[in-house]
Amino acid sequence: MKEILELLEKDARLTAEQIATMTGVPASEVKKAITKAERDRTILKYKTVINWEKFGQEQVWALIEVRVQPQRDVGFDAIAERIYRFPEARSVYLVSGAYDLAVLVTARTMQEIASFVAQKLAPLESVLGTVTHFLLKRYKEDGEILDGEEKARRLPLTL
Amino acid sequence: MQNIRSPISQRVMKISPSGIRRFFDLVSSMEDVVSLGVGEPDFVTPWHISEAGIYAIEKGYTAYISNYGLLELRQELSRHLKSRYSLDYDPNSELMITVGVSEALDLALRAILDPGDEVLAPEPSYVSYMPCTILTGANFIPVPTTVENEFKVQAAEIEKRVSGRTKAILLGYPNNPTGAVMDRAGLEQIAELARRHDLIVISDEIYDRLVYGVEHTCFASLPGMKERTIYLGGFSKAYAMTGWRVGYAAAPAEFIEAMLKIHQYTMLCAPVMGQMAALEALREGEDAVKEMVMEYDRRRRAIVKGLNEIGLPCFEPKGAFYTFPSIESYGLSSDEFVERLIVEQRVLAVPGSTFGECGEGYLRCCYATSLSDIEEALERMRRFVSSL
Ligand SMILES: Cc1ncc(COP(=O)(O)O)c(C=O)c1O
Repeated sequence: MKEILELLEKDARLTAEQIATMTGVPASEVKKAITKAERDRTILKYKTVINWEKFGQEQVWALIEVRVQPQRDVGFDAIAERIYRFPEARSVYLVSGAYDLAVLVTARTMQEIASFVAQKLAPLESVLGTVTHFLLKRYKEDGEILDGEEKARRLPLTL
Repeated sequence: MQNIRSPISQRVMKISPSGIRRFFDLVSSMEDVVSLGVGEPDFVTPWHISEAGIYAIEKGYTAYISNYGLLELRQELSRHLKSRYSLDYDPNSELMITVGVSEALDLALRAILDPGDEVLAPEPSYVSYMPCTILTGANFIPVPTTVENEFKVQAAEIEKRVSGRTKAILLGYPNNPTGAVMDRAGLEQIAELARRHDLIVISDEIYDRLVYGVEHTCFASLPGMKERTIYLGGFSKAYAMTGWRVGYAAAPAEFIEAMLKIHQYTMLCAPVMGQMAALEALREGEDAVKEMVMEYDRRRRAIVKGLNEIGLPCFEPKGAFYTFPSIESYGLSSDEFVERLIVEQRVLAVPGSTFGECGEGYLRCCYATSLSDIEEALERMRRFVSSL
């Protein structure tokens, strides 16, 4: 099961038959394992990592540090949920250190992000303060290097 | 050169240039070729290893070093061979670092052979074995292996060819080009024979880490064999370090001393930055090796299944990263098959005959390439064989 998940994490387009061939596990079992993982949300989604800059579409990213006041009984979870429900929030993490929540936000312009912070995030009741860092360049995304793809520089024929 | 009488030495003239040159020229003018013709990993060197090499250069490790090679690396290798194969090699006198297994092989042969001596070696085998033997003036006596025995060499076949001039047996398992792995029992029979006929064994175990579902038996670890074995090991394949040019030889001091004599006058030393990177590989590279082996194993299953399905029967290879499918039923020589496969479907494989006469009727297909390339190659090969 672990190997099936690892393979799919690297390449979501692998078919059950391909995974079966590579692992030696019968295809019917691979299918069953995948279906089960999809049902219990071990597999959340199949996505594509896209280099939007290459496509020519501007995309602005910001990492927002959020300091919050934890609430009785629910701790940070309730405020985290208030934030992660916004579609602008691509990733939301609770972190240790000088602030509490790290929120990764994308939008088409800096203006959009600024207004998201000013209008939506900062005014939330338990938010004590925010610091916004705009991303200047994305080098590596989800394990993939965006520029300068590493092609094996091999001769086509060696003995 | 008109007025130079016989400008090239007889020995060099005896070596035929590699016949695959023309395939190389053929594909370099083409785009969209899928190559199963490589003999090295498609992974780049794990970054922590490359980083160690860069660090070495930054720190000024850019000079000659001991002919034997970096002492720390020999010490680490000594520990490595002890823990993997329970072998005791003294890092000061029984181990030397070479410019790849390529150099170690050449040194071993030159150190032990005189003109007229004979070397027995299984075929199909790695392309360097025969020419390096011939360059010493010795004779290369191939011992054919067959698919019926999964290309494991049979002790009886070796013994049949032993003569008064036989000096050594040259083994290369896991095998390039067949992917065959010797089992312990088979090696024990060869050990017994080596003892009986007082033969030296040169064992090229560069693919020792690349085995799938079976254990690699190190020849020198068999009882009584360390004293008559020259063990050749490398970094190129297991750690994806072909370009760094580092390998090593482990053998009784008498052999190493003789090999070192040649090495110090012809090579001086292997590149120090490569040796520093190799040290990092030995110390911290285990996870990377395991991950790459797992990945090769997946591709191995995919290509073996695929080849068998499209009508290119192939036994299940248990080591290295090669498959050796049979093309016998198509009535083409392996050379013709490969040439037409390139021209008609732009897939490159290596003719089995490159690796010795008994490789005729087979192809070497390397699976150290991405799964999508393997699938594309299989689909094109399917089209090709169904057109025959
Ligand atoms: C069987 C065998 N021995 C030795 C070598 C050469 O290895 P190195 O890079 O260590 O010189 C190769 C490379 O293809 C090989 O296949």
